[in-house]
Amino acid sequence: MSDRISAAVVAKVARLARLDVTADEIERMTVQLDGMLEHFADIDALDLSAVVPMTQPYPLVNVLRPDVVEPCLDRDEVLAAAPAAEDGRFRVPPIVGMDL
Amino acid sequence: MTTAFDIAAAVRAGTTTATELLAQHLATIAERDPDIHAFNHVMVEQAQAQAAAVDATAALGDDPGPLAGVTVALKDNMCTRGVPTTCSSKILEGWRPPYDATVVDKLRAAGAVAIGKTNLDEFAMGSSTENSAFGPTRNPHDLSRVPGGSSGGSAAAVAAGFSHVSLGSDTGGSIRQPAALCGVVGVKPTYGYVSRYGLVAFASSLDQIGPFTSNVADAALVLDVIGGHDPHDSTSIPQQHPSLVDVLGQGVEGLRVGRITDLPPGADPDVEERLEAAFEALAAAGATIVPVQVPAFTFGLSAYYLIAPAEASSNLARYDGVRYGLRVEAADTNAMYGVTRAAGFGDEVKRRIMLGTYALSAGYYDAYYGKALKVRRLIHDDFERAYHQADVLLTPTSPSVAFPFGAKGDNPFAMYLCDTYTIPTNLAGHPGMSVPYGTGAHGLPVGVQVLAGTLQEPTMFRVAAALERSLA
Amino acid sequence: MSAHDGLPGDWQLVVGLEVHVELATATKLFSASPNRFGDEPNTNIDPVTLGLPGALPVLNEQAVELAMRIGLALNCTVQPCTFHRKNYFYPDMPKAYQISQYDQPLNVDGYLKLPGGTHVGIERAHMEEDAGKSTHVGGSGGRVHGATSSLIDLNRAGVPLVEIVSRPDIRSAEEARLYVNELRAILVAIGASDAKMEEGSMRVDANVSVHKPGTPFGTRCEIKNVNSVRSVGRAIEYEARRQIDLLENGDSVRQETRHWDEGDGRTHTLRVKEDADDYRYFLEPDLVPLAPSAEWIQRVHASMPPLPAQRREHLSVATGQAADSEAVVSVVERGQDHYVLAVGHLGGDPGRALVYVKEAFAEEGAEPRVPAIDIAALTSLEVDGKVTATQAKAILSEILANGGGDAAAIAAAKGFEAIDTSALEAVVDQAIADQPDAWTKFCGGDGKAMGAIVGAVMKATQGKADGKIVTALLNQKKG
Repeated sequence: MSDRISAAVVAKVARLARLDVTADEIERMTVQLDGMLEHFADIDALDLSAVVPMTQPYPLVNVLRPDVVEPCLDRDEVLAAAPAAEDGRFRVPPIVGMDL
Repeated sequence: MTTAFDIAAAVRAGTTTATELLAQHLATIAERDPDIHAFNHVMVEQAQAQAAAVDATAALGDDPGPLAGVTVALKDNMCTRGVPTTCSSKILEGWRPPYDATVVDKLRAAGAVAIGKTNLDEFAMGSSTENSAFGPTRNPHDLSRVPGGSSGGSAAAVAAGFSHVSLGSDTGGSIRQPAALCGVVGVKPTYGYVSRYGLVAFASSLDQIGPFTSNVADAALVLDVIGGHDPHDSTSIPQQHPSLVDVLGQGVEGLRVGRITDLPPGADPDVEERLEAAFEALAAAGATIVPVQVPAFTFGLSAYYLIAPAEASSNLARYDGVRYGLRVEAADTNAMYGVTRAAGFGDEVKRRIMLGTYALSAGYYDAYYGKALKVRRLIHDDFERAYHQADVLLTPTSPSVAFPFGAKGDNPFAMYLCDTYTIPTNLAGHPGMSVPYGTGAHGLPVGVQVLAGTLQEPTMFRVAAALERSLA
Repeated sequence: MSAHDGLPGDWQLVVGLEVHVELATATKLFSASPNRFGDEPNTNIDPVTLGLPGALPVLNEQAVELAMRIGLALNCTVQPCTFHRKNYFYPDMPKAYQISQYDQPLNVDGYLKLPGGTHVGIERAHMEEDAGKSTHVGGSGGRVHGATSSLIDLNRAGVPLVEIVSRPDIRSAEEARLYVNELRAILVAIGASDAKMEEGSMRVDANVSVHKPGTPFGTRCEIKNVNSVRSVGRAIEYEARRQIDLLENGDSVRQETRHWDEGDGRTHTLRVKEDADDYRYFLEPDLVPLAPSAEWIQRVHASMPPLPAQRREHLSVATGQAADSEAVVSVVERGQDHYVLAVGHLGGDPGRALVYVKEAFAEEGAEPRVPAIDIAALTSLEVDGKVTATQAKAILSEILANGGGDAAAIAAAKGFEAIDTSALEAVVDQAIADQPDAWTKFCGGDGKAMGAIVGAVMKATQGKADGKIVTALLNQKKG
């Protein structure tokens, strides 16, 4: 195994992605991700200094819509699909430790 | 009467009814789908109502549309109002969207009858449909083998005769590869040709919807219906596409068919053999075979597996247990996110979310995601150069015929190699399609891939139709 | 400057402001549900707002135009731009990413000129979408801490915002207040936003640091939850003193986000900047670049109404009052400058009209009910000496109460007529004679003592005396 990615980084990435993982999973993922990154290292040999990143498969610009109201979704239908709702709103457990 | 063309004509003429056709398909599904598991959900009531509406229109002497009475199976990552849309994931199990995808609207307006939602690799991540949270789909040609993926259910539905046509989505080969493995036609149009509105996103800059059909003409017919500009999709190409049905008979005389001389190796000999046969058939039909090079083709896999997971990590962040789908309760919201997502996503999805999150994160962006975007440009530009020399390119669709369940073991990369020949097209944004071209090992279907430049679908379809004719 | 701010020693304040404004569009930034404040929770929702699987954003043209207006009003360069995803999890952010502009914003490199003339640099003014609203249930006072659950309303999610980021050019709490006021006046004038801080359609975050001249800027803290112009000043003043106290005690300032508490008048730690702020920005693949053409920018520019600064200048010239005088500033802020100018065009006196409008039209909107011609007539009566300032005020009250009226007729009905100067002189002499103490004090230089004598004159003439003439007479007699 090379050391392209460490277990500590994997654990941090899992926190960023809000995926709870066990120590075993971190270990397994570290091996798998490391293996993949090794495969993907073939592009490291390319000289890309003069290459413009490609972000759009079909180049379009200024795609706009008129500022006109259209019908909304039905609140009851939407809230019925929610895991929890109260007073016309989505209910979630307390929001702690994540003030923005 | 086997083609959607004939069926629509018969329904419009009143010689058969949509209701009758639907009943036949529902019977076939009831009989064989328990073995194949192409469907996550069969829309019996909605389909019957839709068929009745088509018949009523025809009975009044009005035109129900170009797909009158044609049954369509929809990959279960396309939103259907009031009908479960799961992406074959536990995190969306039971979710009923409050809106229809644009393609669903267009199909319905054309008189098609949506018959059900088909199985897929969870969130379209995979090449075998083994990653479905609801169990795999089996290949109708050999139940011990995979149908390919991720649109395995849609490919199997057409191959098994469960529906006349079906829709899939193709991010790195997810239409073309299962089409090849199931012996049907599968098309990935130019990026922006078909609206993505209502298609649950995997990788937004790569995803395209396209048809599975039993023949090339039907694919043209379906694309003529579902293609075109949609104001709800900012990346939808704002123009009317020329009819593909109209070009099918034009032949290939004078067309230049490119053979990629630096194609990455890895295709099985039986697949190579069928590809050679295809080149010969096109040459015999009047096309010129020209050698071309696409040097960056080989880097497609690496670029794709950095770009697609990066976009996916962001696209799949919305499954947070707040507004829809699964929630596992916890003491606070942040904890709820972690346990919900851990319980709701399968291993492959988690792996890609991890990979993508990593590729975008501070300190790694330039080394991975940023670099992959540049490689994407190289691939695109190499293809563009090749299309100056050739009108279409011919490659294998899949390196092998359908493989047995579990054949790729625990090594994710082995599965990724299934998409070696399909991925670069998605990166370039170009169209590609798989055409069944005989059989290989174990008598299983082999597909040949026809690739073309941006919006060159008409040329691509001319070549596909010629290949099909050469087998007749 | 530090003396002005009351900062101890030679500490200097350095402030940059980040102002979020909600644009006055009919619909959201990327979808067609209404952008409307105060509706029932979760009624202005659509697949895009909810972040439903499969939903895709499409950019609102009017939002772009209003954002361009803001850029042009702030002397920015309007440039080709892109949208990025800012990834973070929060229950009122439905997609778990905010679509915002990152390294290529719409508007860059502008400035805002304060009424006193100071230029505050504008680094950028970019477009982004707003989040929904969380209500915390079960704790005390709707705060996060101690809550048993939170409720999410997504009506505000997706509302178009422009974030206006100033350079750290602000050097006092007063300048910060002026900046916010001026910015608000501009936003309202160009129709970009109603800019109501109390409704949250304008939100101010302040980056505050202190340093000594000649040394590098200090570590800054970001102050959030500043909900009024007054709080902007208070919060900055408090925070500056807090930082100075720390530094003078040999401690250091920690880079953090702080929350302004209006109740106790302090800032409190909200969260410390960490590595965890990894937003994984990348180009939004569901949107295409925005590149306003020169022609489009020109069209937006041509459609812009005059800005408050230009209007103040115009009003200043017409009325003879300084452009940054309270009367000119407040009348322009209320949008009543055109009314004052109209009085002038109708033959009235703009200077007097400015005073009337400033003092009596606070409750009137930009379109006062009273016909300008009536005010023009009133100012003429006063300027011609037909009525006194006091009488004019009484007439004005009646005109206002009735939504209009003929000033001359009201003056006649009230029996108003200015007393001529010779008659007035006798009354003044009598008042001096009646109040020798006040007169002595006045002659000794106590200006306030004049009030008693003027009051007596007014009483004797039942308010018909012209205060200005009385004052002139008294000064003349004092010698």
